[in-house]
Amino acid sequence: MSLRDLPGARERRVATGGIELCVVELGDAARPTIVLVHGYPDSKEVWTQVARQLAEQWHVVLYDVRGHGRSTAPVPLRGGFTLEKLTDDFLAVADAVSPDRPVHVVGHDWGSVQAWEFATVSRTEGRIASFTSVSGPSLDHFGHWIKQRMARPTPRRVGQLLGQGAKSWYVYMLHTPVLPELAWRGPLGKRWPRILERLEKVPPGDYPTPSLPEDAAHGAWLYRDNVRSRLRRPRADAFAHVPVQLITPTGDIFLSEQLYDGLDAWVPQLTRRSLPAKHWVPRTRPDQLASWIGEFAAANEAAEQGGVPVRDAAPKGAYADRFGGQLVLVTGAAAGIGRATAFAFAEAGARVVAVDRDAEGAGRTAELARLIGAPAAWAETVDVSDEQAMEKLAEKVAAEYGIVDVLVNNAGIGVSGSFLETSAEEWRRVLDVNLWGVIHGCRLFGKQMADRGQGGHIVNTASAAAYQPSRALPAYSTSKAAVLMLSECLRAELAEKSIGVSAICPGIVNTNITATTRFAGADAAEEQRLRKRTSKLYGMRNYPPEKVADAILRAVVRNQAVVPVTPESHAARFLSRLSPGALRAVARLKPPL
Amino acid sequence: MASRVKDERAPELQGFREVQRLAYACAEAVAARLKPGVTEREAARMQREWLRERGVRDWFHLPFAWFGDRTAFAGFKVPLQFFPTDRRLEPGMPFILDMAPVYKGFTADIGYSGCLGLNPLHDRLLADLEAHRGLILSEVRERRPLREIYEDVERLMIRQGYANRHRAYPFGVIAHKVDRVAERRWSPHVFGFGTQSLKGLLSDAVHGHRDGWSPLWSPYRFSDHPPQPGLWAVEPHLGFRGTGAKFEEILVVTDSRDPEQSAFWLDDDLPHVRRWAEERVAA
Repeated sequence: MSLRDLPGARERRVATGGIELCVVELGDAARPTIVLVHGYPDSKEVWTQVARQLAEQWHVVLYDVRGHGRSTAPVPLRGGFTLEKLTDDFLAVADAVSPDRPVHVVGHDWGSVQAWEFATVSRTEGRIASFTSVSGPSLDHFGHWIKQRMARPTPRRVGQLLGQGAKSWYVYMLHTPVLPELAWRGPLGKRWPRILERLEKVPPGDYPTPSLPEDAAHGAWLYRDNVRSRLRRPRADAFAHVPVQLITPTGDIFLSEQLYDGLDAWVPQLTRRSLPAKHWVPRTRPDQLASWIGEFAAANEAAEQGGVPVRDAAPKGAYADRFGGQLVLVTGAAAGIGRATAFAFAEAGARVVAVDRDAEGAGRTAELARLIGAPAAWAETVDVSDEQAMEKLAEKVAAEYGIVDVLVNNAGIGVSGSFLETSAEEWRRVLDVNLWGVIHGCRLFGKQMADRGQGGHIVNTASAAAYQPSRALPAYSTSKAAVLMLSECLRAELAEKSIGVSAICPGIVNTNITATTRFAGADAAEEQRLRKRTSKLYGMRNYPPEKVADAILRAVVRNQAVVPVTPESHAARFLSRLSPGALRAVARLKPPL
Repeated sequence: MASRVKDERAPELQGFREVQRLAYACAEAVAARLKPGVTEREAARMQREWLRERGVRDWFHLPFAWFGDRTAFAGFKVPLQFFPTDRRLEPGMPFILDMAPVYKGFTADIGYSGCLGLNPLHDRLLADLEAHRGLILSEVRERRPLREIYEDVERLMIRQGYANRHRAYPFGVIAHKVDRVAERRWSPHVFGFGTQSLKGLLSDAVHGHRDGWSPLWSPYRFSDHPPQPGLWAVEPHLGFRGTGAKFEEILVVTDSRDPEQSAFWLDDDLPHVRRWAEERVAA
């Protein structure tokens, strides 16, 4: 669907400095305004999906930058694309669409480069309420960044310079005369949609628009008019006078993350976000982008009316930049590793769904999660081994809370005892929960993630027992080995959908799994004794579930495949590859119970 | 001495009640004077001076003050870390004041949790402590072994979602016995503990060792005995991700056969108990 076909879209033309800009408005004009500025080579249509979502709550304004889309181009082109003139354009649009209220600006790529200029020059003060930057640094900050590294070239700094220098290859190309225009109007313009689809995984559709060759040819002057002059003589006063939200796609092939290392010195009120995606996030991650833009604008509106400054209200936990506002579902969240994981995500500002058989425990987890930073948290009482209950849960979560961004299949039970004494019923129970629970979770929520097509992550709690054979845990180890292999296979399959899959192998962790473990072949009294004994041993080992939770968050951020957590788990993993025979010898030992 | 107490009307309890109230009054007075920027050392000195002005000359232990994540004993490895530091109080930070003055020969040991300004998480922790006060009393009245009560309290904490932080105290104790102390002109203290009180604790430990009980209520085997009559300063301490809360007050255990009189809290008119009552009225 194109922009003009969206319900309630109004198009108008704004005259400024001898050219005309094509401006589209969406949503209720009485609401606060968000202005979306596109990049290169693009037109305002790059924002279509983001704009549609934002328009439900905001007055959304998009415009074609001069020389792009349906805006006219300056004559002559040379000298017509300076940041000063682009600032004039922005102010003209802002005055036309929101004459008496400051606007929230969002820029992607060159839109963000421009908007940095808007946010740092004094003549826009009072016209901007907040700025969300996506994949586009300030040329002035970039200039200082280069100068600092040239002035004191430590090996690391030289590496950063060379890295970014290589990523900027296209900037040098665009500075050659005529050739870029020829290429864009010729073969490159024709093949660009396919290139975006293959390299950037931009979903096919009515984007890019037919105006692409002309946009790209004109837009080359954005680089030629600004890059050399600004990098050579960066402004010394490029301090942001508005709160800034910096969204960094971690897989951007044009910009390295280190570009923003010293940004806090330039921006007094900075909120950082990171997104595992490539450069064209307005097309590949519109949901996440729209929610972060909306949240940030809303928080600044609230701060303006006497609330807490956005930076002070932001969650402080580890990886808050990555998980803020995301939806995380954790099974087995009433205790132990699941509960600690829910809390760790809550501290990072994620919305949490705590799923467990134990309603009281899950409720408690959700309540405490809200108190430590989760914007919302819900408890759901479901037995993961119950297929229909899980299906109902998946429908309910999708309908009421949204599509899950991170799924943690953690629920599990313990069964111990020799194989010959383990009954068929005990086998069924442990496989139902430990394996089928994971299968249901991956099948239902993984499908929702894949259908949305905007990435995600699945974490399955396996165990060190998945690769450490033992005569004491045949059923449990079998179920966990299956979870490990399932995770590896799923990882291979979902990679093309940008969905990561991690298997966590904790090892001996002090949780209450030992207090509910079934000991095959033991009568009630003996089972009670064994539970107490193992609980005591696990308590003496005293490895806290919080550390496993930290490992889970790290695994999601780094997209790790298999993550042993405790030292014994690492050792077993290492031995399983180096000398499996040693592990087999260990497996024959009788545990001291 | 105190072990001769038969019921709530025993005259020497009045002395303990008086010093416990004095200590809580001190905690409330100092808490009201805490402002952003005050350090733990300053808060501890404020408690010491307040009590000295009102006639306290000896201590079971000198006043402690913990601010911020030190209320949950985050990263505590050695006992020296309990002593007050130069950590400054900030808005929204939880704090705990813990003091054990001896007044006219009677000992109190109290803990007071509060926070500077609003902190909903801290409120939740404080509210959840109420269940522990009830649980401890009822299980002591049942004459369950102290070690089992300790484990039940810990289980309740874990079910509530918290960590047991009294485990960080020396010997991991949830409580210890207190008693009357001889008043001396010179009463030195070592490592923050009054020598007279330590002497009492030590003699209890020696007697108890012979008779199979201990003045320290711990998770270990030496606490595997029914509650010993006497006065116990009970201090359940919850911790949750950098926020901690506790109360500490005296539980009287007697050898009365009447369950009501076999164990009771020395005083029910204390800040945290009043707070819970007010919350119930509000709810």
